[in-house]
Amino acid sequence: MSQIFKPTANAVARLGIAIGFGVVVGSLVLLDLLTRSPYGTEVNVAREQPVPFSHKHHANMGIDCRYCHTSVEEGAFAGIPPTKTCMNCHSQIFNDSPMLEPVRESWKTGESLQWNRVHDLPQFVYFNHSIHVAKGIGCSTCHGRVDQMPLTRKVNTLYMGWCLDCHRAPEKFVRPKDKIFDMAWQPPPNQREVGLELLKEYKIDTEHYKMLDCYLCHR
Amino acid sequence: MSASAPEKPMGYTEIPEVLDLNHTYDTATDKINDVILKKKTPMPIAVAMGICFLLVGLLFTTITKLVSTGIGIWGNNQPVAWAFDIINFVWWIGIGHAGTLISAILFLFRQEWRTSINRFAEAMTIFAVMCAGMYPVLHVGRPWLAYWLLPYVNVMQMWPQFRSPLMWDVFAVSTYFTISLLFWYTGLIPDLASLRDRAKTRVSRVVTGILSMGWRGSARHWQRYDIIYLLLAGLSTPLVVSVHSIVSLDFAVAQLPGWHTTIFPPYFVAGAVYSGFAMVLTLAIPVRAYFGFKDFITQRHLDAMSKVMLATGLIVIYGYAMEAFIALVYSGNPNEAFMMKNRMFGPYGWSYWLLILCNGVIPQLLWLKRVRLHTPTLWVISIVINIGMWLERFVIIVTSLHRDFVPSSWGMYAPTKWDIFMFIGTIGFFGFMMCLFLRFIPMFAGFELRELLHKKKSPPH
Repeated sequence: MSQIFKPTANAVARLGIAIGFGVVVGSLVLLDLLTRSPYGTEVNVAREQPVPFSHKHHANMGIDCRYCHTSVEEGAFAGIPPTKTCMNCHSQIFNDSPMLEPVRESWKTGESLQWNRVHDLPQFVYFNHSIHVAKGIGCSTCHGRVDQMPLTRKVNTLYMGWCLDCHRAPEKFVRPKDKIFDMAWQPPPNQREVGLELLKEYKIDTEHYKMLDCYLCHR
Repeated sequence: MSASAPEKPMGYTEIPEVLDLNHTYDTATDKINDVILKKKTPMPIAVAMGICFLLVGLLFTTITKLVSTGIGIWGNNQPVAWAFDIINFVWWIGIGHAGTLISAILFLFRQEWRTSINRFAEAMTIFAVMCAGMYPVLHVGRPWLAYWLLPYVNVMQMWPQFRSPLMWDVFAVSTYFTISLLFWYTGLIPDLASLRDRAKTRVSRVVTGILSMGWRGSARHWQRYDIIYLLLAGLSTPLVVSVHSIVSLDFAVAQLPGWHTTIFPPYFVAGAVYSGFAMVLTLAIPVRAYFGFKDFITQRHLDAMSKVMLATGLIVIYGYAMEAFIALVYSGNPNEAFMMKNRMFGPYGWSYWLLILCNGVIPQLLWLKRVRLHTPTLWVISIVINIGMWLERFVIIVTSLHRDFVPSSWGMYAPTKWDIFMFIGTIGFFGFMMCLFLRFIPMFAGFELRELLHKKKSPPH
């Protein structure tokens, strides 16, 4: 009885192994690239909001971050302002702008504006704004130049690896107390020395893995 | 069995050759291949397959319930945080060990009686490791995240905990499975080719043609085959020892009395081989009867396997004795002594004495040649040993955990119905896979049997 497979089948089989290997490795690499791409991280992707709020516009008028994000120095959550805060100004200025209709609607009905969260950490992560502010981490270190964003977007992935970048070497990122809300702050050329000094001042212990304890964030 | 055999003492029973020498190459090959190509499945095997299939359904139902609800449906909870899941994991992994031992170590030692049972035992290994693997993966509670056990570059910048023996398990078991599968498949290729050459229908010719990977049996093929087979045997040999040693470290590395002991690795390995051979016998005895393979798996095989069981069983008993001696006398540690007394006379004392009966006392019958050659008794003993080895893991895990250091955290453990469903479900899965194997894959290494036939029949050269 003749064989069903001709000798060329061997070449086909070898090619098949090569292709199969390529497909498996390729899809794993692709998956990893997708996870790290804006598609997976939503970095630099502006979210749809009920009102196209511009941080750039408001910050350039000299409004301090804390005017709206009132609890950033005391609480875990920096705070989203109530409609009242908007109406402090917008009852007087742009008070007939169609863009602000949802704000006025909210003011009238008492229903909160439903903002879409841009920096959304999973529920199993404990994060506290106040400790970061108190220990010399400025707004722009994590949130980027929000004062230059017409529409709010993330500039960092918020992946655990990104958190660890700083928790492993905080001296690269800490800044003096008076620069926390300085959006234009850049690390000076001698950041390493300054940073190590600041770690002592802030009593940040990098020696005993305290900053890397699982329990620090996963409580 | 030649006529000119010297006179034997009264009552001496001749142990037959490793295979029936009336076979020729053709009849041997046909007999193996006909199971797949021509014969109908024997009725008892078909019935067993049906029952096993239902149990596979039960297994999948249980897993669905488990994944959708959470592992709270199992009976294990503090202080007995490990129970059926880990007992069964260790039990199945242990059963797998006979396959590797037979295929690798007995191959390197050129044991002729290995030839008829290696394919069978290797298949058993692979299916047993599959059953074993289900338990830890499901025990983590979120099996879809089980890939976190692998060290890969990830956005969390996290590595698995390399200091944990559970991590070593991941490597030990996955290596074991991979090597066993490769070894099994490599050995299958020449047999699949002979199946291909005898297949009649187009479907079976195509399937066996693809699976035999273009094997033509040329001298070059055989030369390469021999090298790769020897290499794989060499690679598997340390695995026989390493896998169960590492499994034992899951316990030995912990500081719990009853677990924290250096005798565990060798004692676990001996136990694994013990239970593995018991399982080979449990399966081989009905298979040789129902498929009519008493000419390939002869009394000599059963006898040899019984002796391996007897030897490893003695090591295991020595392990039990040492365990008790160290805990009660040698350590001088009150916690160790308490654990041992509790193990023997505490609320689970029955399991300890049942274990001693199953693993220690009953297998001593194997000293008697009459018992070794009496197949039904041997079959029952093999099942008793399987039960005994399961009890051993139950005793080690449950009796050590349920009496914590602080009496306020003492507790009792009882399996829930889902624990039991899961266990019999994996037994069904194992049986079902074995039945598929018997039906679709040559259950003997045909070319090795032909080689053995040649060696036995032709004068030494």
